[in-house]
Amino acid sequence: MEPKTLFDKVWDAHVVEKIDGGPSVLYIDKHLIHEVTSPQAFAGLEARGLKVFRPEKTVATPDHNIPTENQHLTIQDELSRKQVETLSANCEKNDITLYGLNHPKNGIVHVVGPELGHTQPGMTMVCGDSHTSTHGAFGAVAFGIGTSEVEMVLATQCILQPKPKKMRITVDGELQKGVTAKDLTLYVISQLGTGGATGYFVEYAGSAVRNLSMEGRMTVCNMSIEMGARGGMIAPDDTTFEYVKGREFAPKGEEWDKAVAKWKELKSDEGAVFDKEYTFKAEEIEPMLTYGTNPGMGTGISGSIPTAEEVEASELPTFKKSLEYMGFGLGDQLLGKKVDYVFVGSCTNGRIEDLRMLASVVKGKKKADSVTAWIVPGSKQVEKQAQEEGLVEVLEKAGFELRQPGCSACLAMNDDKIPAGKYSVSTSNRNFEGRQGPGSRTLLASPLTAAAAAVTGVITDPRDLF
Amino acid sequence: MLLAEDDLGNYYDQFANCLKDEKMPIDKFTVLESGYVPLPIENVDTDQIIPARFLKATSREGFGENLFRDWRYAADGSENKDFVLNNPKYSGQILVAGKNFGSGSSREHAAWAVHDYGFKVVVSSFFADIFRNNALNNGVLPVVVSPEFLSKVFAAVEEDNNQKLLVNLEEQSISLNGVKEEFEINPYKKNCLLNGFDDIDYLLNKKENIEEFEEE
Repeated sequence: MEPKTLFDKVWDAHVVEKIDGGPSVLYIDKHLIHEVTSPQAFAGLEARGLKVFRPEKTVATPDHNIPTENQHLTIQDELSRKQVETLSANCEKNDITLYGLNHPKNGIVHVVGPELGHTQPGMTMVCGDSHTSTHGAFGAVAFGIGTSEVEMVLATQCILQPKPKKMRITVDGELQKGVTAKDLTLYVISQLGTGGATGYFVEYAGSAVRNLSMEGRMTVCNMSIEMGARGGMIAPDDTTFEYVKGREFAPKGEEWDKAVAKWKELKSDEGAVFDKEYTFKAEEIEPMLTYGTNPGMGTGISGSIPTAEEVEASELPTFKKSLEYMGFGLGDQLLGKKVDYVFVGSCTNGRIEDLRMLASVVKGKKKADSVTAWIVPGSKQVEKQAQEEGLVEVLEKAGFELRQPGCSACLAMNDDKIPAGKYSVSTSNRNFEGRQGPGSRTLLASPLTAAAAAVTGVITDPRDLF
Repeated sequence: MLLAEDDLGNYYDQFANCLKDEKMPIDKFTVLESGYVPLPIENVDTDQIIPARFLKATSREGFGENLFRDWRYAADGSENKDFVLNNPKYSGQILVAGKNFGSGSSREHAAWAVHDYGFKVVVSSFFADIFRNNALNNGVLPVVVSPEFLSKVFAAVEEDNNQKLLVNLEEQSISLNGVKEEFEINPYKKNCLLNGFDDIDYLLNKKENIEEFEEE
């Protein structure tokens, strides 16, 4: 038999039908929905006189739009409230499991899915959110879709989708101390560029990837879309099984043993062919930081912004426009630049391990007075665990306060907006113009680098604080 | 070429059957000759096309008002005169943008905003995947051209503001002053656009196959 890639194995097992010269009808095992990209899909369904086809394969949680303070009160913003209420009404009408606001399992959809065991190896998963690629960390084929596609999946549990090409990114070696999964992914994106993986589904491999925890793997897969990839995935292994085991929706008893036996088959066969391959050395990666307005514009923290000569001539006008927005100059050093806000959270870095990293740096230190810090757990469960582990106490002693879970300042749909012109070191996924609020300036980084900025008030190499 | 292919002809029949009594879900697209608006910026992400704070609606209408909101308007709400949509020199139903248009968020609101503003075609040398799918699902045609052709298109409108582009979907061609370039489109999606069909109708017709698949 011809050797197959991990991606092929999962994708091919879910093809109901292939249209010649066209897309495939792909069956979806798990559909995650949230308040922002689903209302029009439900309205479309209703207009066609249809109900949700497989409500038991759909899970909902409001996250994008919710406040991160006073969640027990009515949502003040009228439009946000209406979206959240519409999600609740649609779920009730269609018998869909909903982890609503104030539910003990509420949180960011890509944090909730894995922590409850909804996410499992070998699944196909979609959500009206580009960071659905997160779930690929478990060896699932998971990708973001538009609202028309959400409607397709609600109506038929299937999606029409052209099969992407395959890319493998191998990172071998050992990450240095102070270098995290976030740095690994920002490094890869800086090498490939913001559109470098467009049209591809990525498999991450190599010893540096294999040594990552599930949280770290989720961070890496989460950012796949930031280089244009349809998704990213990592072959499941003991780290994966250990994480999934015992979670609420994970298989139990005999079913578990059967599942694991099947999941162990989920890896790229020897000799499987990829359309494109990249290999990187983990030792060459240092803590990363972005300086521009797309996630590909990043550099090692001790480096500087490229000079005009280092940028391709055709790309220089867009590059300069980006630096002008950021208030930076060609060739600038990053270390020592002033920071106004620090945001730790999001589906990229809002998990327990991320809060542990933050706490490890700020423990025994004080938040810089000039910095406003927003620490937002990815879910109620993460919030609870952070309390139980004593992380909240460490953070409070250092002058930080934990807000309530949600997408928050990652996309600033709620009140958590960075003011115009201010600099934010953020553990989120996008540094686009205005992403964290109109006029906001975002520098993407790991939780360690964000923590270092929070206690010093300037861009600081976290390795200097150990 | 299109319906002559047996397999596609077969799908066409299925579409026609399921749509007998319903209105067409998306606009039909055949040929468009129009002026165009140049946006020679690369990596235009969907947060620029429609910022997140405008995603709070529960219907699909009205997003055109906030298309490119933060480039189009200053913080105080006044028009930014330099931005191409506010420049009376440029008009038309075609938007021409630098490479990697539509990267970032999967928000279909970006495609709705482009459509609602009145654009029927977006031309670029490279599109992000999700935006391209979303555009096609809303009857907006993404046309991928070579970087050389794109440069010519940008230059031509600066020389003559009344410059037009001719887009022919059946032929899969785009022409500027008689200089023609062919573009790629998946034959299935081409069929959908030419006829105003959408994917959901197609899938609904496949319910039996889907149920069979579930049983396996």
